[in-house]
Amino acid sequence: MSMKNDYFGKPINRVDGYAKVTGEAKYAAEFNAPNLLYGYIINSTITKGEIKTIRTEKATALAGVVKVFTYKNRKNTAWLDLKYADMDAPPGIPFKPLHDKKIRYNSQPIGLVVAESFELARYAATLVEIDYDTEDHHTDLMANLDAARKPKKGLASFFKPGPPKPKGNADEVFESSAFKASGKFIHGMEHHNPMEMFSSTVMYEEGGKLTIYDKTQGAVNSQLYVANVFGKSFKNVRVISPYVGGAFGSALRPQHQLFLAVMASLDLKRSVRVSMNRHQMFSFGHRPYTVQDTHFGADRAGKIQSLNHTAIGETSRFEDYSETVVNWANMIYPSANVSLDYKLVPLDVASPMDMRAPGGVTGLHAIECTIDELAFAAKIDPIEFRMINYSDHDDSSGKPYSSKDLKECFRQGSESFGWHKRNPEPRSMKRDGKLVGWGMAVGLWDANHLPARAECLLRADGKLIVSSATADIGTGTYTVMAQIAADGMGMSIDNVEFQLGDTKMPFAPIQGGSFTAASVGMAVKAACLGLQGKLLKQAKKLKPEMFKGTTTDDVEFANDSIRIKGTTDQVLSLSAIVAATGQKEIKSRNTGFPRVLKQRKYVRCAHSAVFVEVEVDEDFGLVKVTRMLNVVAAGKIINPKTARSQILGGMVWGISKALREETIMDHRFGRIMNSSLAEYHIPVNADINKLEVIFVEENDTIVNDLQIKGIGEIGIVGVAPAIANAIFHATGKRINNLPITLDQLMA
Amino acid sequence: MVPFNYLVAKGTAEASSLSQSHILSKFIAGGTNLIDLMKENISRPDTLIDVNKIQGIGQIEELRDGSLRIGALAKNADTAYHAIVAKKYPLLSQAILAGASPQLRNMASNGGNLLQRTRCYYFYDVATPCNKRDPGSGCSALGGYNRIHAILGASDNCIAVFPSDMCVALAALSASLNISGINGDRTLDFADFHRLPGDTPELDNNLQPGELITSIDLPPERFDSHYSYLKLRDRTSYAFALVSVATALKIENGLIKDARIALGGVAHKPWRNSEAEGYLKDNQPNAQNFAIAADIILKEAKGYEHNTFKIELAKRAIVRNGLKAVNQSQV
Ligand SMILES: Cc1cc2nc3c(=O)[nH]c(=O)nc-3n(C[C@H](O)[C@H](O)[C@H](O)COP(=O)(O)OP(=O)(O)OC[C@H]3O[C@@H](n4cnc5c(N)ncnc54)[C@H](O)[C@@H]3O)c2cc1C
Ligand code: SF4
Repeated sequence: MSMKNDYFGKPINRVDGYAKVTGEAKYAAEFNAPNLLYGYIINSTITKGEIKTIRTEKATALAGVVKVFTYKNRKNTAWLDLKYADMDAPPGIPFKPLHDKKIRYNSQPIGLVVAESFELARYAATLVEIDYDTEDHHTDLMANLDAARKPKKGLASFFKPGPPKPKGNADEVFESSAFKASGKFIHGMEHHNPMEMFSSTVMYEEGGKLTIYDKTQGAVNSQLYVANVFGKSFKNVRVISPYVGGAFGSALRPQHQLFLAVMASLDLKRSVRVSMNRHQMFSFGHRPYTVQDTHFGADRAGKIQSLNHTAIGETSRFEDYSETVVNWANMIYPSANVSLDYKLVPLDVASPMDMRAPGGVTGLHAIECTIDELAFAAKIDPIEFRMINYSDHDDSSGKPYSSKDLKECFRQGSESFGWHKRNPEPRSMKRDGKLVGWGMAVGLWDANHLPARAECLLRADGKLIVSSATADIGTGTYTVMAQIAADGMGMSIDNVEFQLGDTKMPFAPIQGGSFTAASVGMAVKAACLGLQGKLLKQAKKLKPEMFKGTTTDDVEFANDSIRIKGTTDQVLSLSAIVAATGQKEIKSRNTGFPRVLKQRKYVRCAHSAVFVEVEVDEDFGLVKVTRMLNVVAAGKIINPKTARSQILGGMVWGISKALREETIMDHRFGRIMNSSLAEYHIPVNADINKLEVIFVEENDTIVNDLQIKGIGEIGIVGVAPAIANAIFHATGKRINNLPITLDQLMA
Repeated sequence: MVPFNYLVAKGTAEASSLSQSHILSKFIAGGTNLIDLMKENISRPDTLIDVNKIQGIGQIEELRDGSLRIGALAKNADTAYHAIVAKKYPLLSQAILAGASPQLRNMASNGGNLLQRTRCYYFYDVATPCNKRDPGSGCSALGGYNRIHAILGASDNCIAVFPSDMCVALAALSASLNISGINGDRTLDFADFHRLPGDTPELDNNLQPGELITSIDLPPERFDSHYSYLKLRDRTSYAFALVSVATALKIENGLIKDARIALGGVAHKPWRNSEAEGYLKDNQPNAQNFAIAADIILKEAKGYEHNTFKIELAKRAIVRNGLKAVNQSQV
């Protein structure tokens, strides 16, 4: 059967771009219902303890305030903890909003004021009086490191394997190594801060049927959660999420506004919207505070002999959120002696959550800065050092990579960046009175493929509607799926519409882990093949003489038609086939299955090499990233334009991670002090200078038939260490605590 | 946000009298600070008196004595880009444009800029004690996260800083303020407008209830040859100053004849030091002398757990900006 390549690999404009820039695209808080009620969330102001009294009379006395929900009067929900576990829940007991009087972390939701207007609900919330019995709390990871313990295992561990067993004797060999490098790396807490704030608009229908517009990276996950928690059947809960204004992992799990809006709607039998404000965007998951130690040793020739990497991250008291932080070093660099360890410290904080390349950005920062230090100690160029330690195998599992063209990333990257002009001596390069530094680092991220379903529906008017209950968090899902489907059916992309984000559509996993393009792409491909088969069957009925005895191998789909291969006159238009059946449409629903047996023999990863130039004004400790180049090997690229945007976004965020953003907590209060975009610093335009992306295409028949690896996360992974290494090259200073602020550097 | 009444004042006298008769009222100009504070429940006026319709306090005009009068209602952006300001008082233009974002500067009025409140994290979080917001409750910043806080002129009651950039230039230029109130008009030296926290951190300035700022006067001495505004912050734009310096110099025959150095981001008000400025007079404008002046200015500086770096940062900024001012010449 045929698959064209008219659109695959082409820089097609975002198909949803027009709707987004004109405001036509509607987000969860923008869907309206008659008599809509508005909920405003009340957050706890203490970190640990119990609600002693909660007085709502003043609030409910206001005309227009419908009800104030607290743990005392909330509707009964599932009593089994497991029912609260969504598809991305880590081991433990998920946080249950308004469940009881216990306070588990600061700013946890403890009430919902529902009123006829948003402004009224917000005002009424200030009139609710709460007294607490407080208990001592612990929120400071650095002060509680002695409580570190092994993470619990659960379903989520499937994607986040713990560290492999030690090899050889890492400590001893490190001590006797010719060259050594080590470091302590501290990463503060970070919050996702997507532009669109979390909202759910719940439309109530007679009989308790709900249609929910939710901000989510997986409509099916929200549906599952609501159905389980509120004891509803799936058919009575429809979740719709056509557009997501950024999420970065924060919408992988249903957030508490969904619970609260559904609770209020079912109780009041009315449609309800609950939206968070920016402060409240800091009242749930975050990238965990993490501290790491590395000890790497190499022999006289620069060959790595020992890798020792430990990490301790924070988690909440109720869930063991874990990340893969320490596993990467030995996947990149072979070593006979390896010791890796990862532990958690439970604290009185919200459960951390996946944030773009969780664990990878954290771990690779420590690894790639230590490697840079090791290369420096051995007086070997950082790229040469990595070539000395290059491998096509993942040394930690002993398996080969399905493809790995990192070498080509190095080659193209250093040539384009002009790396050979680099003077290896720190503080040797200057420009306009400022120190100039060049640094590089490697990035690595998993290329996964999960089962997913899609539907292809061809209408008599010749339009192809392709759908899957996946999401587009700004990544370009709408666009690339339209490309794959247009190619799959040999149709013009103008006649193809991809739809997503509705639980009525065929199942797709939550959008995360960079696996959507591959998983949903393969499902779309499968559905195209399914539809091709059905169309051929109908074609035979319609034109028996033309298609007599043909199998799918004898025909091809092109120009919105089916034809006998190699002919130009033995053609039948697809719309004519549908029309001839007398029906409105022909459709096929299919599943794209990963080829697990084949894949299992390999390790599948995307790779990158990041090159950075910084200018440092040493008096003031000011760093300017004057240029950055990210060379990415991630299989084949479906759409170089949307792909480039993805990588650019990762690079900007990498600058943010290295130099700008951090959530500041005052541990006396357990409160976050900079929960606004004025004080939570992310880069502004003036922080961003020249950014370039190169894709090194790889042939990879193992990952999936589309040969794509996913690029949602690889773009950020190597950026922070490349910047830190460039700063070292500029100044001779190794600053391992992120973000690298001016006070750290001017000292 | 507490529900409020909305009134419009058509003249300065009406504004003052409305304010007098509504004890819990607030004037509103651009609203870029006040509305935020109301949303956070920090400011809870029961009445907003819109001053934007008042005629005659929004223009920028040269006075007969050579000074420049800048209306309180003129927008920050219009002021910075005004031909006379840009040409004759470039230090002020530079300082304004170093603040906030283009969108904010388009909305922000000059009067409102003078009255904007501190960005202290605790002041903004009503769940934590703060003497400025809630007198007598304590200062959370003292033993807390005080990276952005004061190193000069603070008290045990409050270590907040005044966040404006524009006002640092106004301090350096020795501006004065025209104020209208229920008991008539008065003029105040800019230096006497903002207060140090002392025992009354809840008071940011010496404006009396019901008083309206109508305009800012810039004296004829305009420092359009040797000037520079330097702002050091955590990102390249859209962040408040950790330390900023407005430097204005008059140089004749290679010697400094008049020196103005005002610091922002370090105290409860724009900070000037007459001893340091006096030292520079009749001295050469070189790094060594600026460093001595910097030492004088920061002599009494006191850091807290997270902001001690500001002392050294301020010294280096004074030196660098002094040299920038020397070399920056419009003519
Ligand atoms: C995110 C953000 C970043 C910012 N960054 C900076 C920065 O980097 N540098 C900087 O300098 N500023 C910065 N600002 C502050 C900005 O400059 C001020 O908000 C603005 O100048 C206030 O002017 P306004 O007209 O909007 O005042 P309003 O908000 O209308 O009023 C502020 C106060 O002034 C009072 N008031 C207004 N006019 C008068 C008058 N004529 N007489 C008496 N009282 C009056 C009001 O009653 C109110 O109390 C920032 C603001 C925000 C929100
Ligand atoms: S420094 Fe001033 S504003 Fe900040 S908490 Fe202390 S009293 Fe309040």
